[in-house]
Amino acid sequence: MGRNSMKNIAAMGSVFLLGAAVLSNAAQASGDVIKPPSRNWSFQGVFGTFDRGSLQRGFQVYNGVCAGCHSLRLVAYRNLMDIGFTEDQVTKIAAEKEVKDGPNDEGEMFDRPARPSDRFVKPFPNENAARAANNGAFPPDLSLMVKARKDGANYLHALMTGYKEPPAGEKVPEGMAYNEYFPGKQIAMPSPLSEDGVEYTDKTKATVAQMASDVTTFLAWAAEPELEARKRLGVKVLLFLLVLTGLLYAVKRRIWADVH
Amino acid sequence: MSAPEFKNPIVRWIDYRLPVFTFMQHELHEYPTPKNLNYWWNFGSLAGIVLVIMITTGIVLAMHYTPHTAFAFDSVERIMRDVNYGWLIRYVHMNGGSAFFIVVYIHIFRGMYFGSYKSPRELLWILGVVILFIMMATAFLGYVLPWGQMSFWGATVITNLFSAIPLVGDWIVTLLWGGFSVDNPTLNRFFSLHYLMPFVLVGIIVLHIVALHQHGSSNPIGIDTKGPQDQLPFHPYYTVKDLYGLGVFLVLFFFFVFFAPNFFGEPDNYIEANPLQTPPHIVPEWYFLPFYAILRAFTADAFIYWPISWLMSAKLAGVLAMFAATMVLFVLPWLDWSPVRSARYRPLYRQFFWLLFIDCFVLGWVGANPPEGHFVIIGQVATAYYFGHFIVILPLLSMFEKTRPLPTSISEPVLGGGAAAGAAAIPREKA
Repeated sequence: MGRNSMKNIAAMGSVFLLGAAVLSNAAQASGDVIKPPSRNWSFQGVFGTFDRGSLQRGFQVYNGVCAGCHSLRLVAYRNLMDIGFTEDQVTKIAAEKEVKDGPNDEGEMFDRPARPSDRFVKPFPNENAARAANNGAFPPDLSLMVKARKDGANYLHALMTGYKEPPAGEKVPEGMAYNEYFPGKQIAMPSPLSEDGVEYTDKTKATVAQMASDVTTFLAWAAEPELEARKRLGVKVLLFLLVLTGLLYAVKRRIWADVH
Repeated sequence: MSAPEFKNPIVRWIDYRLPVFTFMQHELHEYPTPKNLNYWWNFGSLAGIVLVIMITTGIVLAMHYTPHTAFAFDSVERIMRDVNYGWLIRYVHMNGGSAFFIVVYIHIFRGMYFGSYKSPRELLWILGVVILFIMMATAFLGYVLPWGQMSFWGATVITNLFSAIPLVGDWIVTLLWGGFSVDNPTLNRFFSLHYLMPFVLVGIIVLHIVALHQHGSSNPIGIDTKGPQDQLPFHPYYTVKDLYGLGVFLVLFFFFVFFAPNFFGEPDNYIEANPLQTPPHIVPEWYFLPFYAILRAFTADAFIYWPISWLMSAKLAGVLAMFAATMVLFVLPWLDWSPVRSARYRPLYRQFFWLLFIDCFVLGWVGANPPEGHFVIIGQVATAYYFGHFIVILPLLSMFEKTRPLPTSISEPVLGGGAAAGAAAIPREKA
């Protein structure tokens, strides 16, 4: 049936050809991919907030591990003040990176240390440079990663901790790694986290699971920096609306009392 | 209808020259409305309110949005991150689109269940279908603007459909694109049209309301009002009922806005559009899924395609069927000519109504899945049933259905059946 329908769809013209190829890939991929296990996140639920300790450790993991290849272009250094870093700390973090600025009065471009108002400096100047340095693969930007994947936080955690030896019979080409949570199961990114890969300033033991959890929390914040404000306002708005609706219902009953 | 006397001299002065106050008095205050409308009649005014929400949030978003392929995605993210309460405005607009379709689909199914499209309200119904069409076009255009992967690929797939039209198809596609692929000119014209369409919508809605007020609302029993004993003035009875309904709607709506703002969306649209990389699974927004299923049901060996296969390609058949799925609503008043409006007195029609309702969900489910395996045949059968409902079942029911006797007036069943409940309700309220 599957092959038959594929053939028919191909006959329906270029659009469908494209769509069908795409969709069948999805079906194949989604058929094998394992659903990531659900974990408890500090930021889930109606009253969820980001665990500050986890956020700051997560930034350390991003900065120490991910940032070598992955950009975070939508987040500015100043935003780090929202997760508990002081202005001095943020200025220092920013100053570790160089950005190209200019032109100056002589018309020259020049390098200067990044400022809190700058967005996170990208590890590579452009996509081609990133591919050249990564065996042809392009490490995607992580700013929206948690929103850009289904069940984003659980998926990221599962992906980072899900590296395994491929089962017998599964061929993994040179430069690829086996990860059953990744669509197609073959991922160009080598296992990014290793025991004590970063030294946490708060002395938390940097296990792989701990780092995966922290950096996922950090990336969830990077994707939805408004989350806490949104939920706080949401609780107030819903309480107000529930009371208002209750009152409107009472008024409605009162006005309609003489009709019934 | 004589002009009412206004106490305020300024109001009187204006009204003598420009009778807006008389108009409001007649159409919003006195406007006689059947007394037995249930809560399904809330969805018309609700749809109007959602449109106002969409227009106001949309105007604000347009102040910060940049319709250029290089900046569109980032400008939306700037709204989410740096514009004061930008995330709120954007999430209200985003979820407002879904809410609009939920409200309007309920409004349409209500009209179908209670036969609101029947004489003398055929034009009212037809204007409603026009509104649906414009809404769909607006929603499609709007979804392209954030310039995510699904924006781009959805636009590519849907605009390509027009190439199936014989002779002028390719010309139309080039015109839609403003070039030879979905690119910056496409985004520019889509933004312009997305801003224009809602105001066209407002114009048609005014006509929709004029047509409504000509004969007044239909009602759950489906018989005409016989006089003042069957009616209530719109204000305060239905203004307060609509406000209460609005409250319930806002609670649900803002639950999604604040706590599950991406529930209705596709994660892929948080990846910037990339013409070189096709996403693994192109799906339209949920409200288009049934139509998407109908589009894809017409494969070369589909039994529903066979009768017209000598006439056109399967692709064209699919495209036409997709549009026909909405177009068929235009002629609904003449496909169903049973004199009885309400499904309450049409035992067979009522069952077929629910079958159609379920069929639409089946189509949506098929549309959300890849066209493979059993989804292909389920989609084809569901498509056949969808059109069969309108083209075969409704005319047959109109001819042969034995309807139940109608009450003689609205007051009769309301007072007869509802008196006990009403009497019980009043002391509870006073207590």
